[in-house]
Formats: sequence, C-alpha cells, structure tokens
Amino acid sequence: MDEIRAIKKILATVLDPEVPVLSVVDLGIIHRIAPLGDSYEVDVMPTYSGCPALDEIELNIKSILEDNGYPFIKINRVIDPPWSSDLITEEGRLKLKKYGIAPPVGHSADKVALYGDQRIIPCPQCESTNTRLVSSFGSTACKALFQCQDCKEPFDYFKCH
Amino acid sequence: MSKSIAYRYTLQIADNSLILGHRLTELCGHCADTEIDLAISNIALDLLGQSRMLFQYAASLSGSTEDEIAMLRSEGEYVNCLLVEQQNEDFSQVIVRQYLFDTYYTLFLKALSQSSSSDELRAFANKTIKENAYHVRFSRAWLMRLGDGTQESHDKTQASLDFLKPYIQELFIPSQVDTAAIADGVGVDMSKYVDQFHTTLQADFAEATLSWEAPKYHVSGGKDGRHSEHMGFILSELQYMQRAYPNSEW
Ligand SMILES: [Zn+2]
Repeated sequence: MDEIRAIKKILATVLDPEVPVLSVVDLGIIHRIAPLGDSYEVDVMPTYSGCPALDEIELNIKSILEDNGYPFIKINRVIDPPWSSDLITEEGRLKLKKYGIAPPVGHSADKVALYGDQRIIPCPQCESTNTRLVSSFGSTACKALFQCQDCKEPFDYFKCH
Repeated sequence: MSKSIAYRYTLQIADNSLILGHRLTELCGHCADTEIDLAISNIALDLLGQSRMLFQYAASLSGSTEDEIAMLRSEGEYVNCLLVEQQNEDFSQVIVRQYLFDTYYTLFLKALSQSSSSDELRAFANKTIKENAYHVRFSRAWLMRLGDGTQESHDKTQASLDFLKPYIQELFIPSQVDTAAIADGVGVDMSKYVDQFHTTLQADFAEATLSWEAPKYHVSGGKDGRHSEHMGFILSELQYMQRAYPNSEW
C-alpha cells in the first residue's frame, strides 16, 4: 500500500498538457492504482471522448513511472464510471483559479450545468459575478469562453461536466 | 451475447460518429465566425473520439485493429445512415443535419444506456450522453436563430429541412443487423421512439417557425452498406493517410 501511495505521489507530477498547472491527480482522472503481478496497473479515465491529450498523458504516466523504478506499469483506459468535473480536487480548483481559469461551478448531476447557461461564473481575476458567456465551446473540449463585464478580461471556464 | 452481432451493431454506431465527425472537420477554418468554428470543431472532435472508443471495442470483438476497421474498409462495408454523409451545402444544411442527428442520438443513447446487454456499449452511452447534450444545445439554438431569423435564413433552413427529411426514417427502422442485435439483447429498438422524436421535432419547428409536412418518400440503405454518391468522396479523403502510409496508427 505504501507503494501505491508512492506511485500516486509520482503521478501528482504528471501535468495535463492542455491545462499545464493541473496534474492528473488534481484532474481526478486516476481512477485506480492496483498491484498486477510483479508490477502495478493504473486505470485512467478520459475527460472527453475526443480529448487529444489523452494519448500523451498516458505516455507521460508510463515514462515518468519508468524513470522512477516502475518499468512494467499497465495502463487501462476506463469509461465506466464516466469521468466528471466533480472529481477535480479542491487543490486542483485553487490551481485553476490561480492560473486564470474559472473552476467548474456546481455538480455535474445538476441538469442546469449541462443544459442551461444560467450559472453565474465568477471572474477568476477580480471575482466579479458580472460575467457573460461568449462561447460554450472554447479552446479545448473541457472549456467554455467567458468575459468579465467589469474588468473586461476574457477568461476560460472549466466546464461543469 | 453473440460477438459477431455485437461487432456489426457497434460498427453502425461508430460509422455514424466517424462520418458525421469527418463532415464537420471539413468546415474547420471555414465557418462564419470564430465561435461557430470552435463549436463545430469541438463537436467533430467529440464525434471522432466517440467513434474511436467504439472501433477499439469492435477491434476487441473481431481480433483486428481500430485503424483497420476505421480506415481500411471498402465503401459497401461502412454502415452509417445516409443522413450523416449528406453534404455541407450551406450552414443551414449543416445545422439541420446536426439537429436531426443530435435529437435522434439523445433518444438512442438513453435507450442504449438503459437496456443494452453489452457492458461496453452501456458505458459508452453513459459517457457520451453528456457530450451529446452540448451538441443538441448548439444545433437546436442555431435551428431557432436561422428558422426564426431573416427571411433568407428562414427560407434556406426550410429548404434544408425539406431536403433532409427523407433521410430521417432510416434512423429508426431496424436494419437486418439492428433486428439481430435487438433479438440478441445488445441492440435497442428505435422504432419505439418515432413518436417521441416527432413530438420533439414539432415543438422545435413551431418555435423556429419552420413548417413540416411528412416526406413523400424515404431514402435508406446506408445501414446495409448502400450509400449515396457522396460516400466515395468522403472515403477518398478519410482513408488517404492510411492508404498512402500503410499501418500508420491513430
Ligand atoms: Zn473580472
């Protein structure tokens, strides 16, 4: 079990190439780490089906574990249960905000989050709640584009999903 | 669960996503403004990602590879419905095609997630439902803006709807593969959802000030591998890399 904790600690240094302040642990995509034969297996949950970063993330996980003495890690891609933005850790949310991306507001089971735009997304720069949705599709699958009406700064919102 | 039935059924679902996703990639960089371009590209990416998940599952059932299945079949072996291969004639046709597919897909994914006997297909549907919700929101909102927009946008959207409506029925009528998959338990019977689909359509068309008359004829055959003249052109581009550089990987 100490080994699993050690592996998790190493994984906390693998960053998401699309949001390079979040580690795969912050993002909540590491579903499970378990012993497998003489080595270990890691279950990774894709965020969005078409997320082009996933192959790179898996490759990075493999190589960083190799560098740290775990050469035969097996990586499984699991979609059951599906990933949800609820799995982003508290620390991850703080990191997002500091980086200038508004963290997801609300819970993914909430229908409003999925079907409507009524949510108030506070500006990550000035905390103003006077913001507007510019585009529900952003620079990557996981983000929407907002603008703050007070400080005028456009910003990414990490969608509640 | 019969492996060969599950394989052929999975291909029908995967090919819809692949071909519609490909059609949308053709628009990348060509949309009227940046927001639409971002939305269309994101939806294309979701669809291609979905098809990839399914091709990987299909590969595990058949013992081949996802690239072989996705990129090296001949035209008659693709089993997508005819709706998704229709052209990007203008923006209204893109939106109506997307709206019809997304609305159908909402019902399909829900049914699949609830009653398919395949763990993988149920998990796929559960994962995809959330992405599809964004797609519907986009295509439905644009259907309203175009239909209830200017005279010109209204007329073009009405013409696109009239052009595409003969392709709707194919989504719901079981093909041979559907029938076998329904009997097997892996598939879902979409003919049960026709009324529900049309109820949604009528409400949305009323809001978008579009008129609806039942089509005088229906076109089908895609799910049996008989495609429209567009399919060859799609495949010549889609398969180019795999044929020019054999064995390259996704
Ligand atoms: Zn602000």
